[in-house]
Amino acid sequence: MEEMDHNEKINFSFWKNFLIYAKPYKKYFLFLALVMIGVAIIDAIFPLMNKKAIDSFIVNKTTVGLNSFAIKYGILVLIQAINVWFFIAIAGKIEVKMAYSIRKIGFEKLQVLPLSYYDNKAVGWLMARMTSDINRLSETISWGLVDFVWGITMMLSITVVMFSLNMKLALITLSVIPPLAIISVYFQEKILMAYRKVRKINSRITGAFNEDISGAKTTKTLVREEKNLSEFTELTSEMKDSSIRAVCISSLYLPIVLLLGSIGTALALNFGGKAVILKAISYGTLVAFINYTIQFFEPVRELAAIFAELQSAQASAERVFSLINEDLEIEDTIEVINQYGDFFNPKIENWPEIKGEVEFKNISFSYKDDEKILEDFNLHVSPGETIALVGETGSGKSTIVNLLCRFYEPNSGKILIDSVDYRKRPQVWLHENLGYVLQSPHLFSGTIMDNIRYGNLEASELDIIRASKLVNAHDFIIKLENGYDTEVGEGGSLLSTGQKQLISFARAVLRDPKIFVLDEATSSIDTETEKIIQDTIQKVLKGRTSFIIAHRLSTISNADKILVIKKGKIIESGNHSELLSKKGYYYRLYTNQFIEEKSNIVIDG
Amino acid sequence: MRELKSIFNFMKGSKFIYFLSILSIILATFFTVVGPLLIKTTIDSIIGNKPIDSEQLAKLINFLGGKVFLKNNIWIIGIVLIILTILRGMFLYLKNTLSSKSAENTAKSIREELYDHIQKLPYEYHVKADTGELIQRCSSDVETIRRFLAVQFVEVGGSLFNLIFVAYIMFNLHVKMALVSMAVVPIIFVFAFIFFSKVQKIFLEVDEAEGRLSTVLQENLTGIRVVKAFARQSYEIEKFDKKNSQYRDLTFKLIKLLAWYWSISDFICMMQIGAVLAMGSLWAAKGQLSLGTLVAFITYESMLLWPVRQMGRILTDMGKAIVSIGRIEEVLEEPIEILEENHEKPQIIGNISFRNVYFGYEDKESVLKGISFDVKAGETIAILGPTGSGKSSLVHLLPRLYDYDSGSIKIDGIELKSIDKKWIRKNVGLVLQEPFLFAKTIRDNIKISNPRLNDKKVFEAAEAASIHNDISSFDKGYDTLVGERGVSLSGGQKQRMAIARTIIVESPIVVFDDSLSAVDTETDIAIREALNERRSKSTTFIISHRISTVQDADLILVLDNGKIVQEGTHETLIKEDGVYKRVYNIQSSFEDNIEEVNI
Repeated sequence: MEEMDHNEKINFSFWKNFLIYAKPYKKYFLFLALVMIGVAIIDAIFPLMNKKAIDSFIVNKTTVGLNSFAIKYGILVLIQAINVWFFIAIAGKIEVKMAYSIRKIGFEKLQVLPLSYYDNKAVGWLMARMTSDINRLSETISWGLVDFVWGITMMLSITVVMFSLNMKLALITLSVIPPLAIISVYFQEKILMAYRKVRKINSRITGAFNEDISGAKTTKTLVREEKNLSEFTELTSEMKDSSIRAVCISSLYLPIVLLLGSIGTALALNFGGKAVILKAISYGTLVAFINYTIQFFEPVRELAAIFAELQSAQASAERVFSLINEDLEIEDTIEVINQYGDFFNPKIENWPEIKGEVEFKNISFSYKDDEKILEDFNLHVSPGETIALVGETGSGKSTIVNLLCRFYEPNSGKILIDSVDYRKRPQVWLHENLGYVLQSPHLFSGTIMDNIRYGNLEASELDIIRASKLVNAHDFIIKLENGYDTEVGEGGSLLSTGQKQLISFARAVLRDPKIFVLDEATSSIDTETEKIIQDTIQKVLKGRTSFIIAHRLSTISNADKILVIKKGKIIESGNHSELLSKKGYYYRLYTNQFIEEKSNIVIDG
Repeated sequence: MRELKSIFNFMKGSKFIYFLSILSIILATFFTVVGPLLIKTTIDSIIGNKPIDSEQLAKLINFLGGKVFLKNNIWIIGIVLIILTILRGMFLYLKNTLSSKSAENTAKSIREELYDHIQKLPYEYHVKADTGELIQRCSSDVETIRRFLAVQFVEVGGSLFNLIFVAYIMFNLHVKMALVSMAVVPIIFVFAFIFFSKVQKIFLEVDEAEGRLSTVLQENLTGIRVVKAFARQSYEIEKFDKKNSQYRDLTFKLIKLLAWYWSISDFICMMQIGAVLAMGSLWAAKGQLSLGTLVAFITYESMLLWPVRQMGRILTDMGKAIVSIGRIEEVLEEPIEILEENHEKPQIIGNISFRNVYFGYEDKESVLKGISFDVKAGETIAILGPTGSGKSSLVHLLPRLYDYDSGSIKIDGIELKSIDKKWIRKNVGLVLQEPFLFAKTIRDNIKISNPRLNDKKVFEAAEAASIHNDISSFDKGYDTLVGERGVSLSGGQKQRMAIARTIIVESPIVVFDDSLSAVDTETDIAIREALNERRSKSTTFIISHRISTVQDADLILVLDNGKIVQEGTHETLIKEDGVYKRVYNIQSSFEDNIEEVNI
């Protein structure tokens, strides 16, 4: 997904809304501003100290008072050092605290957003919102304030000091400030844009490396090495050119600023020098003016930089807040929450027990693109029944399960659980009673024990072992070096798919759910494990209402009812033998697979 | 310092630019340090009445019209000052652009060399490679080196010349004052160096904490279905909060340390300037030092301290660059395949003979043990056998992804090993089981081997591979982007794309390495029929478990444990006892059953 650069102008009303998130740190912000005012004033005072030294000691050729001058200077330095400590620490504190809490709010939001939100968003895209965007936002806010207050105070102080030293000289030397400011704003924006382009190309280069590495085997078989390299060379050349262009722009800025500064110095030297000769001002004042002309460009540069950075932070902030302010779509009503609680404060004592009767009543449903997946779909499932759904990809079988789990809600019609519309119950009530096993089993970093316990956080070790035994996972687990304490790796990467699948079975079983969903759960298990799982499934599903989606028909041949779904409609239904004798779609599917599976078994011995 | 040597190798191409950029650094520094001298002379000798103590400056003043003239026309000094600044600015500009140009050149050649090297590493390297780690080396390690060359190298150079020039001028102006001014330079340098080396560890910890935070985030987002189905929102939030606050606390710890560093070093530096001011005033009051000299010293002092403080930091960063160079070297030292060694490019028709071929991965047990068979051009060879029997290894030998250990493979009578890899691969179309598609449009992916092919060819190939209808159903049709930024194709669609891009080039030898496994039976049949029509000239290898797929082959090989246990045609094999017959029986008995049911 392309990053949008909709940050042409600084949007003040947007930042006003942002203030809500900055409010908890009001005290810190105030203190930080005070410290920065202190820093800037002292920075502006130092040239005055030079002036004082020149005028009192050097011109008068006396050392009277030099000691007390030195002590004063030392105290000023000490205060400044303390200031420096405070502003870094406080700005840092604001930065990390704000990042922490916005990230927290964002994460909490992500947990309750409906699955439809995730449909058209890549994980990487969401990750970038939650990491780099939030970092940039909080960084710009905290350190931006530092630079802003410092820059403004510094400019004001210098101006005040200069005017109080000598009005005319101040006016003359300060005349370089307006062009300096204009040029600074212009350049800072250009610089930022140039570097943003570099970063974009850089990410394309990383993408190219990714392709180079993961596609290397294919490259070899296609003998594409030379073409790949020449395409890559185009990218690196583009990278080189845009990097150099960015450097050219940014290194043009400094000489121009220096030039304007030196014009200021020259003006000070010329007019100040004449004034010294005429004894209109002191030597010290001249030197102070020269110092100030050198010092002045720093705050101007900082302010211009903040201006540019704020624009880019605004783009980040807009992306972050669009996530935080996203509509929930699937939401429990106030009445439901009052009676049964929500995800975070469930009132379990008020929950009715689930028996497991499920009914789809006149359900119509479409995902965002308005093509209807289900239309006037009806289905009744008695408690404890096993329903298998068969059909091609896109037939609607996954949608039925998605609706049952309330990951999506129907556009029209009702889904009744124990004869009550499930929208009259909280989502958490249904989910706490749900056992769910996915086609590609997803595990979390941690031990096997942790992962199984995910199904029931209160479960004892004994419960966990019992669940593992039930799904035949126990044997392979204890054969591992660390048994149940074996780390599964990121996303379970240290285990085979079959092993992950068994663990995800154990995890679901541990919940002792009333409704069980197997979403193509056995497709990634080898034949032998599948045989084992076969018995397990029978045991596990006993007494629970269950929905099975599977490619492998052997998995579902024992279901009470098999539904063949085509284009959102049930075209065949019945048990295995009934459907076989119909010799329709199911029969064809079954025979094809039967041949394939049996052949595999014979060949693999 | 082997690392430095290898970085110099990469820099070779831009030697002259590097030289120019160093020259610019010297000149920029020179013009920077001259300015304060001019101001000093103006204060002391033009506005004031002191004699000019430097010969060169005296010459310059005389050239500009002499002291008295200038006293009435100080603006001339101002103009000179501006000219000096313009010169300084010019060389600063040159320094930055030249050093960036040279650094970018170097980074470009490192990137290209890495890219090319990686794609030419042998097949087995890629089978085992840790993709994430390798990408990290190509992106962040190269970036570290680029920064080192573009920024750090130049800054260290600049600081060094700055130090030399300023020290030289200071000692010439006033030895005792120079000694006072330089007093803290070594202290602050050592302090910065020690601080930043110590703090590296915390930088690392912060990085790791951030890594753990993103892992939790990523696992949560990829597993959001599981989180929801198990109603584990609170649990996940708690887990995330732990990592989030750990990251926050560690970052703050780092920032606090930096606060100490900057406040202490600021204190030292400002005290140093104070000391210069106090001692200068003392000596000036006693007449041992002129006002202008003191002003010059104060200006020089601030020019001196900042770079010294930065240097400590840069030097520790340079340590990282050395590590990065080492990591990149490691990749570049892996031996690559030589694609054209004997320049043997025989015309390939497709007669193949295997004679007692043995092959094993690295030092492990052989996976092929004495394979022999003959195929005539245009014939179809089907291979079946259990997982690990050596089927894939056998066909991987044909395009020389691996080389056999002993025995002989002859293509049209020429020993395979003597044919250039590049040439043989162009003549063997291999469809992998898990094909990789490039992040390009579907059209470009299909004609990836030959971008000049026209659309008609592309459509034909897509139709033969039964993927044309799928493509047409996409909004942008053949212009649909594949991969992360475009559509994600199913396993079966990817396999069919791979078939299309392979058959479009009409190689004399084509290999399907179980490449229809994710395609359903009906599509499988359709593809095979389409291929049969096209496949008049190609020698074809098919690996499959489906009897229906292999039964029309001219030669069927049944492999087990690296050996051919059965060979023949479908007709002869179903009369022999063995795996083939058993598989066939299952199928036919089932077909009997179907017929029974039909009756």
